[in-house]
Amino acid sequence: MSSLSLAQAVRTDVLRMTSIGRSSHVGSALSCADILAVLYAGVLEVHPENPDWPDRDRVIMSKGHAGAALYAVLAESGFFDPAVLHRHYQNGSYLSGHVSHVGIPGVEFSTGSLGHGLPVGAGLAWRARQTGRSWRTYVLLGDGECDEGSIWEAAMFAGHHELANLVAIVDYNRMQSLGTTEETLRLEPFAEKWRAFGWDVAEVDGHDHGQLDIALRVPRSARRARPRCVLAHTVKGKGVSFMEDQVLWHYRPPSPDELERALAEIGVTTG
Amino acid sequence: MRNRFFTGLLTAALVDPDLVLITADLGFGAVDDFAAARPGQFVNCGVAEQNMAGLAAGIALGGGRVFTYSIANFPTLRCLEQIRNDICYHHADVTVVAVGGGLAYGALGMSHHATEDLAIMRALPGMAVAAPGDPAEVDAVLDDLLTIGGPAYLRLGKTGERTVHTAGVSAPRGASIFVRDHDQKTVLLCSTGAILDEVSVAADELGADVRSFPWLDPFDAAAIREAAATYRLIVTVEEHSIVGGLGSAVAEVLAEQAAGTPLLRIALPNQSSSVVGDQQFLRTAFELDAESISRRVRNHLEANRGLASQIR
Repeated sequence: MSSLSLAQAVRTDVLRMTSIGRSSHVGSALSCADILAVLYAGVLEVHPENPDWPDRDRVIMSKGHAGAALYAVLAESGFFDPAVLHRHYQNGSYLSGHVSHVGIPGVEFSTGSLGHGLPVGAGLAWRARQTGRSWRTYVLLGDGECDEGSIWEAAMFAGHHELANLVAIVDYNRMQSLGTTEETLRLEPFAEKWRAFGWDVAEVDGHDHGQLDIALRVPRSARRARPRCVLAHTVKGKGVSFMEDQVLWHYRPPSPDELERALAEIGVTTG
Repeated sequence: MRNRFFTGLLTAALVDPDLVLITADLGFGAVDDFAAARPGQFVNCGVAEQNMAGLAAGIALGGGRVFTYSIANFPTLRCLEQIRNDICYHHADVTVVAVGGGLAYGALGMSHHATEDLAIMRALPGMAVAAPGDPAEVDAVLDDLLTIGGPAYLRLGKTGERTVHTAGVSAPRGASIFVRDHDQKTVLLCSTGAILDEVSVAADELGADVRSFPWLDPFDAAAIREAAATYRLIVTVEEHSIVGGLGSAVAEVLAEQAAGTPLLRIALPNQSSSVVGDQQFLRTAFELDAESISRRVRNHLEANRGLASQIR
């Protein structure tokens, strides 16, 4: 599946999952759908039929509240049957609102409390380097999540240890829980912060698959060099006009009617 | 205890390339040998405990066997959620090691009094909790930790503790150790952590038996059930808050057993100490020294007439 088709499938799943499940964070999931699609459609060396392959690239969804998007991209990539996605947020389901690895093939790490992913990713990257293994570690961060001090503890560590096999991707949609990142707790100058911590920074359009594909490819090797931060400029709720850039959709699930309109906007025809 | 731990850890690391030690910038003079002998298996991550716990989880998920190290509450409470979510939920092979359990850093002040660690670590799902009583128990517990792995918490004292056990001991996970047998079968003193020294002195004075609990989780409930049927009074002693530690663990077993065996819990009150002093001073101030333990046990027996006559 091409990354564009995969992104559309993820958006379709995410809209349905959050509508059926009456779950939050549809805007966050749509925001990072393209990033995840580009990763899983071609950048990552992973094997859905052998999800525990030792040298697989590791993906940590640190912005765990967008778990629906991770579940969707894994299912659409063949890690498990997409038919089970409708169990998201249901009583007795493993598909929790935030990412949980238990019982779900392909999920590397459980998250939900912000600020946890980058330290763990740095540990995985350090381990690969020390033992001469080839896996790369990708950590998808929210922008609001970067308020957490633990992100910067790990950023300092990865810069100091030159973990070139570590990629932090920031889903930079400039919206957080109660408002914009600018008015809540200023991140800018954001790229300069990462550079000052010892990282290379690639700023890209987080919905442009060509740009993402180039920015996300780092060598599978144990060399020492600056880790890479991909600042992906995104739009919260991307693809659905009435959800775009609205903090409301951090919380509100789409009603059946809104689901139909949203699916039509992303080009899905329903019967 | 600290030195015994590092000697044991380095011995293991020399033959196990997957064993990794991370310190959050503490262990002056203690981590040097390890760092020099196995630089590729040693990380000083700086003063950043949240990152230390997350790194440890990541290294463990990548195949490492990790020990994190710092003092007092820093490796536990400062990064409690990382331990809960990143280490415990993922069954990551990480052992969190704190040196300075209880009031070992008494004079350094409230921030350095590790007096709720056992309760909090005990509450975490999947976390083994060890508080060895002397250097011999450190060896025994470390043996288990190196074999079975984490998630685990290891509370150490500091340095210079007296070795209570006259011979080497074995303490597989969840086991307790019978220490003193005065054959009175009246009072059993239960001890966890480095207070064992005081407890064993008190036991000699009282003619009481002693059982040491180097593991609080898993907990040797069978030993308590057996003691409930054997002794007339069970006493717990710990250099830890009265909330949630050994006394609580024993009380839980006794309450469900409904044996009616009286329990006396000797522990720190549930309050922060603004008063400082060395460990011995604070133990005496909080009535945890050997003499106070004996007195409190006698007072309890006398307050419960009929039992007092059972003690010589």
